[in-house]
Amino acid sequence: MATFIDRRLDGKNKSSVNRQRFIRRFKNQIKKAVTESMNGRSITDIDNGEKINIPARDLSEPVFGHGPGGRREAIHPGNQDFVAGDRVARPPGGAGGGGAGKGQASNSGEGEDDFVFELSREEFLELFFEDLELPNLVRTQLARATEFKSVRAGFSSAGNPANIDVVRSLKGALARRLALAAPYTRRLREAEEELERLLAETPVDEVRAKGLVEEIERLRARARAVPFIDTFDLRYTNRVLQPQPTTQAVMFCIMDVSGSMDRARKDLAKRFFTLLYLFLKRNYEKIEVVFIRHHTVAKEVDEQEFFYSRETGGTVVSSALQLAADIMRERYPISSWNLYVAQASDGDNWHHDSPACKDLLLQRIMPLVRYYAYIEITPDRHQSLWEAYEEVKAVHPHFAMRQIDGLADIYPVFRDLFKRRVS
Amino acid sequence: MSASRLISESSEWTFQMLERYNAVIGQIAGNDFGLDTYPNQIEIITAEQMMDAYSSVGMPLGYKHWSYGKQFVLTEKNYRRGQMGLAYEIVINSNPCIAYLMEENTAMMQALVIAHAAYGHNSFFKGNYLFRTWTSADAIIDYLLFARNYVTECEERYGEETVELFLDSCHALMNYGVDRYKHPAPLSLGEEKQRQHEREEYLQSQINDLWRTLPIKPTEVAAEEARRYPAEPQENLLYFIEKNAPLLEPWQREIVRIVRKIAQYFYPQRQTQVMNEGWATFWHYTLMNRLYDAGYVNDGFMIEFLQSHTSVIQQLPFDHPYYHGINPYALGFAMFSDIQRICQTPTAEDRHWFPDIAGQDWLKVLDFAMRNFKDESFIAQYLSPKVMRDFKLFAVLDDDVQEDLEITAIHDDAGYRRLRLALADQYNLGSREPNIQVWNVAHRKDRSLTLRHTRYHRRPLHDSFQEVLKHLHRLWGFTVRLEAVDENGKVELVGECPQPKGR
Repeated sequence: MATFIDRRLDGKNKSSVNRQRFIRRFKNQIKKAVTESMNGRSITDIDNGEKINIPARDLSEPVFGHGPGGRREAIHPGNQDFVAGDRVARPPGGAGGGGAGKGQASNSGEGEDDFVFELSREEFLELFFEDLELPNLVRTQLARATEFKSVRAGFSSAGNPANIDVVRSLKGALARRLALAAPYTRRLREAEEELERLLAETPVDEVRAKGLVEEIERLRARARAVPFIDTFDLRYTNRVLQPQPTTQAVMFCIMDVSGSMDRARKDLAKRFFTLLYLFLKRNYEKIEVVFIRHHTVAKEVDEQEFFYSRETGGTVVSSALQLAADIMRERYPISSWNLYVAQASDGDNWHHDSPACKDLLLQRIMPLVRYYAYIEITPDRHQSLWEAYEEVKAVHPHFAMRQIDGLADIYPVFRDLFKRRVS
Repeated sequence: MSASRLISESSEWTFQMLERYNAVIGQIAGNDFGLDTYPNQIEIITAEQMMDAYSSVGMPLGYKHWSYGKQFVLTEKNYRRGQMGLAYEIVINSNPCIAYLMEENTAMMQALVIAHAAYGHNSFFKGNYLFRTWTSADAIIDYLLFARNYVTECEERYGEETVELFLDSCHALMNYGVDRYKHPAPLSLGEEKQRQHEREEYLQSQINDLWRTLPIKPTEVAAEEARRYPAEPQENLLYFIEKNAPLLEPWQREIVRIVRKIAQYFYPQRQTQVMNEGWATFWHYTLMNRLYDAGYVNDGFMIEFLQSHTSVIQQLPFDHPYYHGINPYALGFAMFSDIQRICQTPTAEDRHWFPDIAGQDWLKVLDFAMRNFKDESFIAQYLSPKVMRDFKLFAVLDDDVQEDLEITAIHDDAGYRRLRLALADQYNLGSREPNIQVWNVAHRKDRSLTLRHTRYHRRPLHDSFQEVLKHLHRLWGFTVRLEAVDENGKVELVGECPQPKGR
C-alpha cells in the first residue's frame, strides 16, 4: 500500500535558482546594504559572508487585506478573570495586542522588521566588486610561466590502464571478433542449411550428414576460439597539453609608515590595500603583489609584515619609488607583465624630496606602468607631494590621485579609482 | 506484553523498520478504524531538502519565482538560527499521497509522521468534500509539471524579467483567483496541453468581439452604455482577467490561468486548517496508543511520543508573550477528541447540545464530520461547551467607534452560543478576506475596470491595496478603479490606478 523512496541522494539545492532570482531582483537594495556594511566593519573579515538588511516593505508582496478599523470580534483562549460586559482599555499600538486578533498585527503598518539574511562570501564579493576592473589590462602576452591545460584529443593505442576507454575498446573487440570469425560463421551457416536440407530428405544420407555434423562442430570451435578481447583492441583516451594564455599583472602597493602616519591613517591605508588585494585576487588569474613600505628608507616586505608590523621614522617617498622602479626593472619586464602601482600616504614628505619623486615617476615609472593610483589620507590641505604629483597627472592620463578623509570615503574612492572603463 | 512484537527499541531507524511501522499502522488504520486513504508514497529526505520543500509552499515542483527564493532565504535563516524546528512533516494532496520524512528524525518521529501524514492527512484529503470538489489529486503533479515547463518556455521566449513581473501581478491577486461555488472539471495533462493550444487560438478572437470598434447606431450606444458588463459581479478576478483583459498576449492569459489553477488547488487547505490538522493529530494520537496497547512499541517510545504530542497541541494563553492566536492543532485535536467523548460517554449537557450524536458510534460520527464540513461550519456545528471551558475562550469586541474593547462573551452558559458563532466567523474566509468583486467594465468608454469592495463590519482595506491596484492595472492595461460599498449601500471611490492627473 505504501512505497518508500529514498530521496536523500537527490539534489538538495532545488531552491538555489529561486534564491538567485531573489538576489537579482533586489540587487539594488542588497548592493546598498553591502556598501553600508563595508563602512561598518573591519575590512579584514571580508572573507566571510555578510548579513544583509533590507527594509521589509521593499520586498513585500501586496495582497488585498483588511486594515485596522471597523468592527471585529476576536476569540482568545486562556481567560482568567474577565466576565461578559467587561471593558478594557485598548492596548497601545492599536492593532497589536488583544484587540485585532488573527495575527494581522504584522501586516498592519508600524513595527515592520527588516528582512535579514546572509549572503555567502562569493555572493558578497561578487556584488562588492561588480563593475570594477583593473584599467588598461591587456592580454598582450603569453605568460612567461606558461600554464598548460590538459584537453582531450581522441584516442590512442598506447597509454596507462587508468585511461582505458572501455566502450571504445569493446567496440574494437567486437569488430575484430566479427571480422576474424567471419569465414567460419559463413561456412557454418552453409553447413547448417545443408544439414537441414539433408535431414528433410528421405532416405537420409547418413555418411554425408555425419560429415556435416562433424564439420559444424569443428567450425563452431574455431569461431569460439577467436579471443573475446585482445591487447590489440585496447584504446586509451588521449590527452594533450595546450598552453593557456594567462593575463599576468603585478601590483605594487606602496605605503608610508613614517611617524607622521598616525594609527588612524595607517588603518585607513590598510583598508584601502586590503580591498585592493582582495579585488586582485578575485579578478585575475595570475597576480603578483609587491608590498613596499617606507619611512626614510624603503623595504620590500611580505603581506603580513606590510599590514601588521610597525616602524616609525621620517618620510622620504622617493626611496620607495626608487625601490619600486628597481624591482620593476629587474623582475617584471613589461613585455610579459602589466604593471600597476597603488600608493597611500598622508602627503607628508621631506620637502626637498618631492621634486625627486616627480622626476622618478616621470622618467622611470610612468612609462612602464599601466595605472598609478595615489591616495592621500589627510583631512588637511595638501603639501608638497600632492603638488608634485599634480604635475605628473597633467602629463599622464593613467595617473590618478584622490584624497581620503575618513573611513566612509574608502569605498567610494576605491570604486571611483577602479571603475570599469567604457572602451 | 510480548517483547517479540516490538518494532523498534532504539531511536535509530532503518528502512525495514519503517516498512513494518507502516504496515502495522496501515493495518490498524484500515481494518480497525476504516480510514480510507490514497496509496502512500513515503519519501525520505534530508533537512536541506526539507527546506526546499518548505519554501516551495509544499508544491513538489513549482515554477521559478523570486518569491520562493525569499521564502527559502527566510526558512534557511530561521533554521540556522535554530528559531524554528523544521516542518513536522510535509504531505502533498496527490494520488499517490506524497509524505516526506526527514532523515534526522528518530524512529518514534518517523512512526508518528507516518501515522499523522500518511494516514491522517491522507484520509482527510481523500474524504473531505472541499478537497473532493476543488482538487483533483490524480492530476496535480502532472499539472504542476505542465505549469513549470510552460513558465520556463515563456521565460525563454519573452525574457525572465517580463515573465517574473507578470507573475508578481498574478500573485498579488492569487487569493482572488478562486471559484467558490462553481465546480471545475477535472484535468489531465494531455487534455490540458491540447486545450491550451486551442484556447490560445480561440481566446483572442473572443476578446476582440468585446472590444469591437465597428460603428453602432446611436440608440444602441445608449442602451449598450447602460448595460453593465459583466451582468453579474464576478468574484474570480483572475478568471475575469484571463477571459476579458483586452491587451494580454495568449501566453500571459495562460500564465494567469496557471496561477489561478494553483490558487484553486490550495483553496481547500486554507479553509480546513483546524479540521485537517486536528484530524491528523487525533489519528496519530489514536494510532500510537493502539500500537502501544498491542505491544508494538515500548514505554520509552510512548514517553517520547507524548512529549512531542503535547508540545504540538499546546495552547498558549492570550497574555503569553509568545501567544500567536489559537493553535489549529490544539483546537482541532480537542474538538475531534471531544466528539469521540460525546459519543462514548455523553453527559447531560452533551445530550442537550448534541442530541444527534450523543451515544452514537463514534467512528461513523467522526467520519461524517470529517467529510462534510470546513473549519467554519465544523466549529459552528461541533464546538462544545466543554471545549470552550477547557480553552477558557472569551470574545473581545474591537469596534473603532467605541473607546474601549468590550468582553462580549466568556465560557459560561450565557456566552457559549455567541462564542461559537464568533469563532466560526473567525475561520470564515469571507470575513478573513475582503470581499472584492468585478463590478463593471466601461466597454464603450475608456475600458476602465471597476471593482467593488463590499465592506464587512465596516472594516477598511489595508493600505497595500494601492500596490495591488498597480498590479491589477498591469494585467488589465487600462484604468482600474476600486469602490467600497458600506452597510447602507453607499458607494465611494477609494482608489484608482493610474492616478488621474491633477490629484
